[in-house]
Amino acid sequence: MIGKSVTSRKILLLAPLLLFLGLAYVVPFLGVVRWSFTMPEVGLGQYRALMTDPLVQSVFIRTLRICLIVTAAVLVTAYAIAYVWVRGSSVQRMLAEFCILVPFWISVLTRAFGWLAMLSNRGLINTWLQSAGIISEPLALARNELGVIIGMTHFLIPFAVFPIASAMRSIDERVLLAARGMGASRTRIFWTVFVPLTYGGLIGAALIVFVFALGFFVTPAILGGGRSVMVAELVYLRIFQSPDWGLGAAISVVLVVFIGILLALMRRFIKPAHMIG
Amino acid sequence: MPQSMQPGDAKAAEIKAVSIGKTFGAFHALKNLSLDIGRGEFLTLLGPSGSGKTTFLMILAGFTAPTTGRLMMDGKDITDVPAEDRSYGMVFQGYALFPHLTVEQNIAFPLKVRGRSSADVKQKVGEMVARVGLVGHEKKLPAKLSGGQQQRVALARALVFEPSVLLLDEPFSALDKNLREMMQQEVKRLHQETGTTFVFVTHDQSEALALSSRVAIFNHGELLQVGKPQDVYERPSNRFVAEFLGEINLLPLDTVELNGETAAGKFEDRTIILNKSITLAGKKAVAAVRPEHMFISASPQTSDCNAITCRVEGATYFGASTKYHLRTRSGTSLAVSMPTASTSPIAPQSDVWVSWPVHQGFLLPDGG
Ligand SMILES: Nc1ncnc2c1ncn2[C@@H]1O[C@H](COP(=O)(O)OP(=O)(O)O)[C@@H](O)[C@H]1O
Ligand SMILES: [Mg+2]
Repeated sequence: MIGKSVTSRKILLLAPLLLFLGLAYVVPFLGVVRWSFTMPEVGLGQYRALMTDPLVQSVFIRTLRICLIVTAAVLVTAYAIAYVWVRGSSVQRMLAEFCILVPFWISVLTRAFGWLAMLSNRGLINTWLQSAGIISEPLALARNELGVIIGMTHFLIPFAVFPIASAMRSIDERVLLAARGMGASRTRIFWTVFVPLTYGGLIGAALIVFVFALGFFVTPAILGGGRSVMVAELVYLRIFQSPDWGLGAAISVVLVVFIGILLALMRRFIKPAHMIG
Repeated sequence: MPQSMQPGDAKAAEIKAVSIGKTFGAFHALKNLSLDIGRGEFLTLLGPSGSGKTTFLMILAGFTAPTTGRLMMDGKDITDVPAEDRSYGMVFQGYALFPHLTVEQNIAFPLKVRGRSSADVKQKVGEMVARVGLVGHEKKLPAKLSGGQQQRVALARALVFEPSVLLLDEPFSALDKNLREMMQQEVKRLHQETGTTFVFVTHDQSEALALSSRVAIFNHGELLQVGKPQDVYERPSNRFVAEFLGEINLLPLDTVELNGETAAGKFEDRTIILNKSITLAGKKAVAAVRPEHMFISASPQTSDCNAITCRVEGATYFGASTKYHLRTRSGTSLAVSMPTASTSPIAPQSDVWVSWPVHQGFLLPDGG
């Protein structure tokens, strides 16, 4: 009885958020779902097109590939940063904190252009390498998949640092001491005790980064230079440049369903608290 | 001793701590502490919380470096040898089991670190699991075990590689009374079976007295006294030790004369004879007598006994024993504990004699 009234009171507290989510996301999304079945005519036509259109398929495959590579790159980097942040000396901690927080103050657009200034043919890196005589032709660092991966990885690192650092913080120091006392080397303790105890944080971070990366728009549009189109950009192109609203809507629906399945699968394996930390 | 023939016993180490000091900033956690730990002994570090027991244990294990002093093992200086190379067995406060490994994998960890063959690991783990009574729980994760079972895993993990020293930091403080007593017996048995040197930390005086071959008493980072349980209990060298190890009656003495093995002092115009286990710096001293060493009677006992007159103020019944609360003529309060079975009830407010054998009382410096 008491449990029930507490639950209903909690729902009441959540009501404004639920209302906002409903108005801002659910209702518009239902509209998008309707477009996908009705434009230009009623039926499953757009989904059939989606299954057969080689361009759409290549974009989906590229998106998955980029997201997987980005997730892997982010996890490795974020793990190192989180490690320094949680277990480093006070100076190292400060540096790590700086690396984590500064990106939050700079908009995604500014950062994408910043990377362009670094990576493009006449950007900082290529100019420097050429003037140093290391290369004669500029390296293709931007306006391709590599540029997109670099830009997205950089953007997503902080989001992975938090769940990983939180998992690292909750490790009992005495467990690590115990391993040392039994004669284990530092490398062995790291791989057989420390890392396994952060799996929860790693899985949570991977999920956040992967789902976030699937919907990336600005970074691929700028750093990919139209040659490395990802799903979100494809939706944009279909809706705003070729008035093919039905196909754009169908792609959106597939993306949302895919993310939904992913989240549901992950929920089975880890508690939500682990992901946020 | 038959145990000394066992392989584990040959490995028991002897440790010598020489003038160990440890400071944290301006705070002195350990002050000039010297202690010899004998081969294969069961030494307990006893002291109130914050007295530096864990700090000393961490220095023994090699997790913390002492600020001053040296540590010797079997004659070799090991002060700068890191923990992973000392490789003592250790049971941490809160057990510190690997939460992601099963019981079996926890116990196997130190063996795998040592590169033992998988057949050897399997056999040793099996033996250890049986020895600590965890058969049937091998595949469980620590979170699925009770406190007592986790304790057993910690013990098994610390002993499976036959370390030369086992360090235990308040291993039973989280267990309830019955389980605690059972585990105490188990640790005592494991000590006898393995013959390893045990260094055991506790803040529980009865646990210390019941388990140890010797007890080292800590307070404020100082080592106050080391000795056999009986010695520290019956011949404490100062007031803190006397009071920390159990209830004690303190009678202020007027004049004290030292003559050889004994001392004589005056309490309320009666002469009291005491053991002289300490050297007195000043002239002021108290007579210290444990409540269970005193007895109440209607007339003074004279043969080798001290006796004083008291008035009975009340009694507390403890089942096996009854504790009487008394007051001397000059107003000093006393407690006398007597076996319930062998005494007839004593009426409150009656005037009685309290006596004790001269060898049971001892002299302590006043205020020290
Ligand atoms: N790393 C540390 N930094 C500062 N003070 C410490 C540290 N470790 C222990 N101390 C202090 O040293 C004293 C002794 O601590 P400890 O050895 O844990 O006592 P015990 O185990 O007897 O309870 C305590 O006052 C504690 O606050
Ligand atoms: Mg302690």
